[in-house]
Amino acid sequence: MGTKIKNISMKIASRIKNFRITRSVFAYPYVLFLMMFVIMPLVILLINAFIVNEKFSFENFANFFNDGSSVDTLMFSLLIGIITTVLCILLGYPVAYILSKWSSGRLIVLLFILPMWVNFLIRTLSTRFMFEAIGIKLGVGTLIFGLVYNYIPFMILPLHTTLSNIDKSFSEAASDLGANPINTFFKITFPLSIPGILSGITMVFIPTISTFAISQFLGGTSSHLFGDSINTKFEHQLYGVGSVMSIIMLIFVLISNYFMQKTNKGEAARNLW
Amino acid sequence: MVNASHTKKILERSYIIVALILLYTPILLMIIFSFFNTSAFSFKNGFSFDAYESLFNSSNSKKLEDALKNTIIIAAVSSVISTILGAVAAIGIYSMSKRSRKIVENINQLPVINSEIVIAVSLMLFFVTFKFPAGYTRLLIGHISFCTPYVILSVMPRLMQMDSNIYEAALDLGATPLRAIITVIIPIISPGILSGFAMAFTISVDDFIITQLNKGTTTGIDTLSTYIYSSMHTAGGLKAYWFAAFSLIIVLVVGTLLLINLRKYKSKAHIKIQ
Amino acid sequence: MEQGKMATDKIIELKNLCKSYDEKPVVKNVTLSIKKGEFVTLLGPSGCGKTTTLRMIAGFEKPTSGSVHISGNDMTQSPPYARNVNTVFQNYALFPHLNVFNNIAFGLKFKCINDGTFFTDKNGVKYANLRKFTKTEITNKVKNALKMVDLEEYEKRNVSSLSGGQKQRVAIARSLVNEPDVLLLDEPLGALDLKMRKDMQLELMNMHKKLGITFVYVTHDQEEALTMSDTIVVMKDGVIQQIGTPQKVYDEPANAFVADFIGESNIFSGTMIADFKVEFCDHLFECVDKGFKFNEPIDVIIRPEDVKICNPDEDITQLTAVVSSCVFKGDHFQITVIINGGEDYEMLIHDNIECKVNATVGLCIKPFDLHIMHKARIINEIKTEMWDFNIVEISGGKFPCNCDLPSGTKVLVSIDFDDVVIHDDEDQGIIGGEVINTIYKGNYYQCVIRTDDYYDFFVDTEDDWLKGDRVGISVNPDKIVIKKIEDTQNGD
Repeated sequence: MGTKIKNISMKIASRIKNFRITRSVFAYPYVLFLMMFVIMPLVILLINAFIVNEKFSFENFANFFNDGSSVDTLMFSLLIGIITTVLCILLGYPVAYILSKWSSGRLIVLLFILPMWVNFLIRTLSTRFMFEAIGIKLGVGTLIFGLVYNYIPFMILPLHTTLSNIDKSFSEAASDLGANPINTFFKITFPLSIPGILSGITMVFIPTISTFAISQFLGGTSSHLFGDSINTKFEHQLYGVGSVMSIIMLIFVLISNYFMQKTNKGEAARNLW
Repeated sequence: MVNASHTKKILERSYIIVALILLYTPILLMIIFSFFNTSAFSFKNGFSFDAYESLFNSSNSKKLEDALKNTIIIAAVSSVISTILGAVAAIGIYSMSKRSRKIVENINQLPVINSEIVIAVSLMLFFVTFKFPAGYTRLLIGHISFCTPYVILSVMPRLMQMDSNIYEAALDLGATPLRAIITVIIPIISPGILSGFAMAFTISVDDFIITQLNKGTTTGIDTLSTYIYSSMHTAGGLKAYWFAAFSLIIVLVVGTLLLINLRKYKSKAHIKIQ
Repeated sequence: MEQGKMATDKIIELKNLCKSYDEKPVVKNVTLSIKKGEFVTLLGPSGCGKTTTLRMIAGFEKPTSGSVHISGNDMTQSPPYARNVNTVFQNYALFPHLNVFNNIAFGLKFKCINDGTFFTDKNGVKYANLRKFTKTEITNKVKNALKMVDLEEYEKRNVSSLSGGQKQRVAIARSLVNEPDVLLLDEPLGALDLKMRKDMQLELMNMHKKLGITFVYVTHDQEEALTMSDTIVVMKDGVIQQIGTPQKVYDEPANAFVADFIGESNIFSGTMIADFKVEFCDHLFECVDKGFKFNEPIDVIIRPEDVKICNPDEDITQLTAVVSSCVFKGDHFQITVIINGGEDYEMLIHDNIECKVNATVGLCIKPFDLHIMHKARIINEIKTEMWDFNIVEISGGKFPCNCDLPSGTKVLVSIDFDDVVIHDDEDQGIIGGEVINTIYKGNYYQCVIRTDDYYDFFVDTEDDWLKGDRVGISVNPDKIVIKKIEDTQNGD
């Protein structure tokens, strides 16, 4: 059985053309897929935003900016996003910093990341029941708590990665040159950890303003975030304005991603997975 | 001096412990109260397994079961397709010219960086515009489109780490390009393919926004996450059996991940010692 | 009959082989034939095109033009798996998911051999019936290969657990087990430490002798090339500089580059006064070369070990010099002397005598140790056009000059080597370029600066410019000599 009989002409070689081309062909189905289901939907989003009654128009943009409540929601979301992000840095940095010095740090970071894999609806609802049980009224405060609770792992992880990758000899050199621990931290460790902070910021800020459902469960009746109001617009069949809002969201995404790529080429973010 | 560093250590340790307690309190409370047959965090109904029993024999058991089935079917199908599509594409992208590779990689990055609500909304508009049949088709396409990038992101590094001459060595030794890919490249990148698959599966199970916006209102298809969301919006809020369901999910997810990671951590520590 | 003999004699023939990446030529018009059983080394600095040439023989790269013949067949378009040549890669490229045995057996599993029977189709064309190797055949072959590289006990081992030298042996065994006509080795010893290298050099030479197959070896290490090869092919910038036996390449380098690259050498600019008479370092010497033009500028190359140090008062003394340094190098002293003449010239000498610094010594060089060669170029000449009155365009830059020809006039620009000024900062020059070569010529450096449109400027300078650096070039307007080219061919 081991001997297979085949007839092979001498010209086997010339039959197979450039073998380099054959390999990149493997990417074509996916490239086609990307075109169809990633690029096309975004193009249609653009079309929906700019075409009103089969004509190019800024009407949807005008509607969005004239409607005070939508702009208010955007501003409110940005404010909530900033507060959440700052809190995540203030609370998450010490965690990442302390753990970067521990030998068991990697393992404990894992404990901080684990809850993230439990569906966010479950975690958000648990928080809500907790507040209800203690008797705290749902509002902006509980919303921010919920957001920080949800997104702080995204801050701790890139920070921890950056901080533990900083060569120890830098801070040793600094103290050798006469800097005290506080100086060493602010002159050496902190500046070197900025890429981690930046990627943490993008990973917290963007999801916060675009999040959907958390504010419904934790924000009480008044606090709505931008993601929810995009959803509401589409629920009410207001596709034009909804598309405009999605594009504004997309612009925020692209800007923050641009900064992230510029500072650290997304290294820290990729380590999340 | 010794004292100062000692207090510092205690402070650091307590900070970490307090942070961990805060992080785990809500989900631990959820687990505790699942044994008190309640739809709020209260002890008034006393300790019982009623919540767990009602998972199987309440009027909603069928819907819950359907949602669980849907979640798993959608995750399984979309992650298998994503893995095949992504692994094959990664090999293709790897051998592309630098410029076109950069372009494809950037487009591939879009679903990863993009906000979920924008993906969901744009897919919805796309499906409506081109009249895609509502239901599983839309959901599967949606899930594949945001899972595949992660497969590629986990396979690409494996390809990059591979000695660039490996493929050539296989050709040199007489393997045709297809044989070289099957016998050499795929075995080498298989850890990346495996973790890509696991990631795709998890992300698909975990997804809420894209499913919620694309499941359609009339199809009646629900995954676990959309079912939770809609149950929350029904009059009276969540029933006690949800507490049981949540607890099971929490234990399952945290337990599995802890086990996998502990094993990884141990084997890494082992290598270090060697 | 004649052709048949040719085909068996030459196993590899490269004909006018060229390769460019994105318009950038890497291998230029390489023509080379390699005899069966020969150990040929492609030698040159990094980026000289030697590896690209090897990869074209292996089939990993398709030449832009030209052809590759293996065993008399044109294999230019054949993929690597259809060529009966095997490669040993620099980083071994062992398959990490296979153990030693399976790595070596890999190629055998694809190989088809004649099972002894034949098959004739309707048209009367005769084909060989092919079969694969059986399991036992493969096992035996692998075991033999392992024995050959002294790794008999290692077949079950994981390749990642092997040392560098062992990995290298597996890589060699993996290639040789396929019984290739030609074994290609791409800097195979580059990743090994010095002692391991020496051992592997010997082993490779022994293997070559024992197996009798052709080896094509790529290296940048001139010592490795001199020790191991039957023939050395020296390359630079994608062009073959010289092909010859190690001895010939060392003793009679074809040009200043080869002399400088292989072994150490003193290179001086000189003039042929007459047949057998050459002047350099402001002194007249006898030599064994003739047939040069009267007063032709030439390069003189002298190996450091060919200069004898003697008492300045002795009769044989041709030159006197002052010792500026003397360093013990194990088996000889490396002595640097300054030759007094109109100018000071530096010369490197290897001798067994220890000299005191600042001592005056006599130097003696035998006539046949003076290697005299034509200069690659004596002046920079560029065919170009006037940009405007008093401005001429060279390599895309606008150089001020003293010439009132109108814009668009075709001109020939000549610039002497020492009139070109190099600037450290690229922006300070009129045009930019990359230093691609520097040779020390006793009292000055000769650099070659390649502009962005691939013109090579030869520049004589006082400073040693680092190879690979980007620099700026400018020229004093008075030093640019411009001659109008008369239009002899219209429309050209």
